[in-house]
Amino acid sequence: MTRVIVSSPYVAPGNSLKRLMIQVIVALLPGTIAYAWFFGPGVIVNVALAIIFALAFEAAILRLRAKPVLPHLTDFSAVVAAWLFALCLPMHAPWWLVAVGMGFAMVAGKHLYGGLGFNPFNPAMVGYVVLLISFPREMTTWYLPAAVSGQTLSLAESVAYSFGSVDIGQWDALSSATPLDQVKTGIGQNIPIDEIRQAPLFGHYGGTGWEWIALWWFVGGVYLLITKTIRWHIPLSLLTAVMSMALLFYLIDPAIYASPLFHLLSGAVVIGAFFIATDPVSAATTDLGRIYYGLMIGSLIYVIRVWGGYPDGIAFAVLLANMCVPLIDYYTQPRVYGEK
Amino acid sequence: MLLAIVTISLMAGLFGLILGYASIRFKVEGNPVVDQIDALLPQTQCGQCTYAGCRPYAEAIANGEAPINQCPPGGQATIVALADLLDTEVLKLNAEHGEHLDVPLVAVIDEQTCIGCTLCIQACPVDAILGAAKHMHTVIADECTGCKLCLPPCPVDCIDMVPERLTIDDWKWSNPLDQLELAQDG
Amino acid sequence: MAKLFHFHGGLHLDGHKTESLTQELRQASLPAQLILPLRQHIGEYNKPLVDVGNRVLKGDVIATNSSLICAAVHAPTSGIVSAIGNYPVPHPSGQPDRCIVIDVDGKDEAAETDIIDPQDLEPDELIQRICRAGIVGLGGAAFPTSPKLARGKMHRVDTLIINGVECEPYITCDDMLMRHYAAEVIRGSGYLQQILRPQTTLIAIEDNKPEAIATLRQALANHPLADTEIIAIPTIYPSGGEKQLIQILTGKEVPHGKLAFDIGLLCQNVGTCGAITRALEQDQPLISRIVTCTGDNIQQPGNWEVRFGTPIGHLIEQAGGYKNADDPYLVMGGPMMGFALSGDSLPIVKASNCIMVMHEETIPHAPGYHDECIRCSKCTEVCPAQLLPQQLYWHARAKAYDRTQEFNLFDCIECGCCSAVCPSQIPLVQYYRAAKSEIRGAHKAQFKSDRARARFEFREKRLLLKQQADEERRRLKREALKKKQLQRGVSDDAMPDPVQAALERVKERKKAVEEETR
Repeated sequence: MTRVIVSSPYVAPGNSLKRLMIQVIVALLPGTIAYAWFFGPGVIVNVALAIIFALAFEAAILRLRAKPVLPHLTDFSAVVAAWLFALCLPMHAPWWLVAVGMGFAMVAGKHLYGGLGFNPFNPAMVGYVVLLISFPREMTTWYLPAAVSGQTLSLAESVAYSFGSVDIGQWDALSSATPLDQVKTGIGQNIPIDEIRQAPLFGHYGGTGWEWIALWWFVGGVYLLITKTIRWHIPLSLLTAVMSMALLFYLIDPAIYASPLFHLLSGAVVIGAFFIATDPVSAATTDLGRIYYGLMIGSLIYVIRVWGGYPDGIAFAVLLANMCVPLIDYYTQPRVYGEK
Repeated sequence: MLLAIVTISLMAGLFGLILGYASIRFKVEGNPVVDQIDALLPQTQCGQCTYAGCRPYAEAIANGEAPINQCPPGGQATIVALADLLDTEVLKLNAEHGEHLDVPLVAVIDEQTCIGCTLCIQACPVDAILGAAKHMHTVIADECTGCKLCLPPCPVDCIDMVPERLTIDDWKWSNPLDQLELAQDG
Repeated sequence: MAKLFHFHGGLHLDGHKTESLTQELRQASLPAQLILPLRQHIGEYNKPLVDVGNRVLKGDVIATNSSLICAAVHAPTSGIVSAIGNYPVPHPSGQPDRCIVIDVDGKDEAAETDIIDPQDLEPDELIQRICRAGIVGLGGAAFPTSPKLARGKMHRVDTLIINGVECEPYITCDDMLMRHYAAEVIRGSGYLQQILRPQTTLIAIEDNKPEAIATLRQALANHPLADTEIIAIPTIYPSGGEKQLIQILTGKEVPHGKLAFDIGLLCQNVGTCGAITRALEQDQPLISRIVTCTGDNIQQPGNWEVRFGTPIGHLIEQAGGYKNADDPYLVMGGPMMGFALSGDSLPIVKASNCIMVMHEETIPHAPGYHDECIRCSKCTEVCPAQLLPQQLYWHARAKAYDRTQEFNLFDCIECGCCSAVCPSQIPLVQYYRAAKSEIRGAHKAQFKSDRARARFEFREKRLLLKQQADEERRRLKREALKKKQLQRGVSDDAMPDPVQAALERVKERKKAVEEETR
């Protein structure tokens, strides 16, 4: 018998993609539950829909590319991307919005480049940005937290909403801008920050509800760090960049620049730092490069939020930084053993 | 007007001098393109390309007289390298000139039959055959390029081409991707 | 105690050392036949000095060569040479190589020895005796010891490092050796000091071998050596790699493209020290070594002192045989850096530190589907050579060999850490090994074609010179002829054309013959 010659090491593999992805999903659970707690079960409908569409699109395109379908589907990378994508959507979104976004994420963002491992851009963010640009109205219709409005949509209502079988009009009173949006609009009308933040939409540090969800993302992020699923470089440098830029401008003029804590606990900074920017495929790979990468995303987030055209900037910041990854990696190669 | 003419002429003269100096100072010895092409050719010196050795073929390619696909010993790898160097299209090896062999050949003289005529010694392009008139000849296997030029002159047909003997040092680890493809094909 | 340093990366692995340490060290019995590869070291092939039918005694040199980097092969016992030919040898390729086969006569008769007290010998004489004994590095690489010592002596070694680290899982042969032959190891280190005259000697052992450390400390107390220290180093793979051990002990890095003695260091394995002691004190060449036979698929794991040439199957029999004879998977060396063997008829050689017997089903034996690289850089975190394994992988996979060299492919020590941590389970080391073989093959081909070009050009030049010389000679001859004719006063026109003249002579003769016949 001729045996195929395989090289050492002959040890049982200690890790797998599936394990990594499941760890990310576990880390996403507390934040997702908190999200549903504050804003109702709509987000769960979104996550479920996104996962279904992601798997369907991925299975179809794997078939077209004549690749093994089951091993790729069960590495759960599509599930993680779908989950993150769904968390970026407004809590109630029509089903077709999720489908279009996931379609773009999986087909254009991932498989047109060669599938997992070959995509230069974060697929979830590709899908999100396409929607943000194409469907601005749907993508900016957010809802008030239960603590403010006193009510949320039930699971059945959320599903019905998603599939368009109920009239949106009846919940119009619940719809609102996000806290970040509110701040941006307010500053545009020369209202001082302190006054803007009097609205019930705002909590102690960030937005009502949002600040607690951010805390749970943070808990999930720490879990990822402890399990060594991600390393500290990107989250730390990203948060440092956001906080220090916010602090700098807050010190210059607190009337028109929100506090660092507000920036930290509003929008997608924490989830971005721990879950989105750390997507290994599209991030920088060297330790030093990851620090630059995190700093770049962090500062871009602040720049887009404060001076850009969108209330939050994580998706654009991540995509812009993705573009710079080859350059960053090239110039941050570590010293090889024995070289001066 | 006059000033302009004088200025332009002076400048032309000056640049001429600079260029002239540069052409002497930075003169390139030999023909670098030919050297580069020659470096990519396998140096078998077999003449299968219809030229009298690798360098003449390199010169012909450099002058645009010969296509890059006439070298069977180099095979497709050489064609790709040449196409890359010359920035031309990758061609398929022209079968008229012969086939590419994965394991190179080495000439072996059957020393029982050899009559010591020295004809093969004269034919060998790399002086890889040792011997003298009316004495048995032998091939220095390490120097033989497998060009087969010694075969036709031999009056007693005592030269054979055998595949080069590989030792375990020549063994190569295979690329896992190739192994996977083999497994899928088989 | 000296301050210790860290190297980049590394892995904490399950040791699996206790399995083979429960039994005492045993002598393996002699098999009926020994198969001795002509080359068991890094370097040129040895040439056999014996013929089929010769009787050899234990310790006789049976193969050697005259190159500088050489380790002779000796007969491990007495017997008759029964064959010289190609037999499968332990090599990743599984291909056969030149071997001498000895039919063992069981008398174990030793050749005459020439014992001199090594204390009286000069360093060069010591090196010569080590060379004669065919000693190679017994840590696994099998580089001949005497040229290494000779170069070390030329370079002035400040620090001599004795490597008893044994960081790879499953292997315990050095641990066993230190427990049983501690005095030999210490005396061997003393002889190395005698040769190299280092300022300090550091004996490094991983701290998971307390018994070996204690025994060696006791032996050092009984036989004190100058400026010698036994250092327990933390257990982390691959701390036993030469470059990594140097970094741990001294904080220095061997500069790129240089060797340890360029920075005043020299490493020797503890097993090599033991072999040196035997060679110098008893004039006993290297004919056996301690081999660990262990793994999940062996009945009684343990350590044996085995004569070279013993078929691996013979050793496995002494270890009680396989647990499941249907799917043995044999590996020579450890699980991280060893290589798979094609069967159990292969002989134990100088480099065989461990025979690992595994179950085939637990080994990734088929080139299967592996996930794509997700650039997570876990490989970068563990790489002791501080390389970027995932970049190397991309280029090796794309067969962009120039690019792999830009990313320092040849600094890879193939320790296997990257493959072991890869979440996509990519056989990274195999990609690197394949790329290295291709590059080496290309270098060899390039070398050959450069030689062929030089020889071709030389021949062209020689032919041209010969042609010019011939023309010159002919011209001179013609001129000389002309001169002669001028001297005779005959002009060119008056000279009859020689061809015409010859033709006329033939005509005349023909005429004459015709007339005669008429």
